[in-house]
Amino acid sequence: MTIDINKIRHDFLILSEKIYGKSLVYFDNAATSQTPTQVTDVMLEYYNKYNSNIHRGVHYLSNKSTEGAENARIKVQKFINAEHSHEVIFTRGTTESVNLVANSFGECYISEGDEVLVSEMEHHSNIVPWQMLCQRKKAILKVLPFNDNGELMLEKLPELITDRTKILAVNHISNALGTTNPIKEIIDFAHSKNVPVLIDAAQSVQHKKIDVQALDADFLVFSGHKLYGPTGIGVLYGKEKYLNEMPPWQGGGEMIQEVTFEKTTYNELPFKFEAGTPNYIAEIGLGAAIDYVEAIGLDVIDAYEQELLDYATEKFQAIPNMKIYGTAKHKSSLISFLVEGIHFYDMGMLLDQMGIAVRTGTHCAEPVMTHFGIEGTVRASFAFYNTKEEIDVLIAGIEKVCKMFGAKTV
Amino acid sequence: MTIKEIQEEIIEEFVGFDDWMDKYAYLIELGTDLSGLESQYQTDQNLIKGCQSKVWFNAKLEDGVVKIEADSDAIIVKGIAALLIRVFNNQTPEAIMNADLHFIDEIGLKQHLSPTRSNGLVAMVKQIKMYGLAFNQKMNN
Repeated sequence: MTIDINKIRHDFLILSEKIYGKSLVYFDNAATSQTPTQVTDVMLEYYNKYNSNIHRGVHYLSNKSTEGAENARIKVQKFINAEHSHEVIFTRGTTESVNLVANSFGECYISEGDEVLVSEMEHHSNIVPWQMLCQRKKAILKVLPFNDNGELMLEKLPELITDRTKILAVNHISNALGTTNPIKEIIDFAHSKNVPVLIDAAQSVQHKKIDVQALDADFLVFSGHKLYGPTGIGVLYGKEKYLNEMPPWQGGGEMIQEVTFEKTTYNELPFKFEAGTPNYIAEIGLGAAIDYVEAIGLDVIDAYEQELLDYATEKFQAIPNMKIYGTAKHKSSLISFLVEGIHFYDMGMLLDQMGIAVRTGTHCAEPVMTHFGIEGTVRASFAFYNTKEEIDVLIAGIEKVCKMFGAKTV
Repeated sequence: MTIKEIQEEIIEEFVGFDDWMDKYAYLIELGTDLSGLESQYQTDQNLIKGCQSKVWFNAKLEDGVVKIEADSDAIIVKGIAALLIRVFNNQTPEAIMNADLHFIDEIGLKQHLSPTRSNGLVAMVKQIKMYGLAFNQKMNN
């Protein structure tokens, strides 16, 4: 099966927008992906026909909303092949999911002198919550380094994992470098030392088929808005045995069983971790996004995006003074780059004038920039609705910028 | 020339540019030509925070007027800084304090004024105004 690109592009209305009178070329997919009408229609329908606060409602609308939201949970469960639907916790996004684990798991299992292991190529959202936890508990944050190609140095794992290591948190795909990490290998090794693993899948669920049971992941987190779904919704997958032991993180409605002023007993999974009115319309939207992606097929999406990446990489390499950051053997569909003598911000600003949306800066991964001794990069990230023609526009745009800086680059 | 007159002059120059490329090519030229700051002035104290690019400003009071120098690692940002210097350099602290800055809007660089652009144009203007305020107080003491 191949991608019917024209049909797909019609599903994403924003792709026909004009920016400064030019056709939009959207290459900022790693920051947020666009949303097809199949998703926005469903959300609009719920707002217009069924909107009502979910759970415990006595009336028709509440039942409809509850049904929609709980169906979405089952869609997520099947999407990542979780054993139980109650292992799927809805959050505001990847960041909140990591914070939930760092707080609740951290409260339960981490004490003074214990160690938390993260990698050098993590997004700040998979560093800072652990750092805060370590400060609270007087625990130690350790770092698994990567080499100059942007590949994790797995040979360091045996010395970094000690009998004090309580959890390892690592991304599946790096948002700053595009590296696809061998998470199965990492999980297997960590488990051989009895260390549970949290996988940050924010950059991978939209590209690769994830099977939490086959991976044996203990926790896996991702966001809806990078998976062609709405903003403000994310997922925490956790193994039942951990989620049952972990204390609730936030208190409020929905997460309780009985409340008196003396004592409160907590609800069962997944509601124990979902205090307050959830973003149920976004949950329903996320379910619709999963339906959309699965109808095309993640294997088809992945193959096409790899084709885009290979095409772009070859073209990039032909540009004089071009340096690509992240040249791992296994890479996902983004290119982080700098042209010698041109500041990333200048490049981004000028590409923007041509209607090309890229991201510039540290990509919330300052340690990655520190590794290479740079302040930031320009990042072009591709999705399955992008085309080789758009990559040609980007290449022409970069060449135009180089020309404008003419004297400075030679 | 007054701050108002210099702004009018700049606006007139930019009217002559037909498309965005000419405009930015001019900013690149301005940025390249601005002598910048010696490394001893590229200090954390002179750094304008909250920018994707690094911007340094240094100002002093000399014979009742403010002398401003600036630098940036991004050329276009440096070009914008050069325009600000052209407007504010050699003006009195009082004139800087009370200046109504409208040229940025009129030459079509308004998008860079939005704080979310994080190129620090807002922070740059704020910094210059702070210098005006500080030097004005100093003169009146």
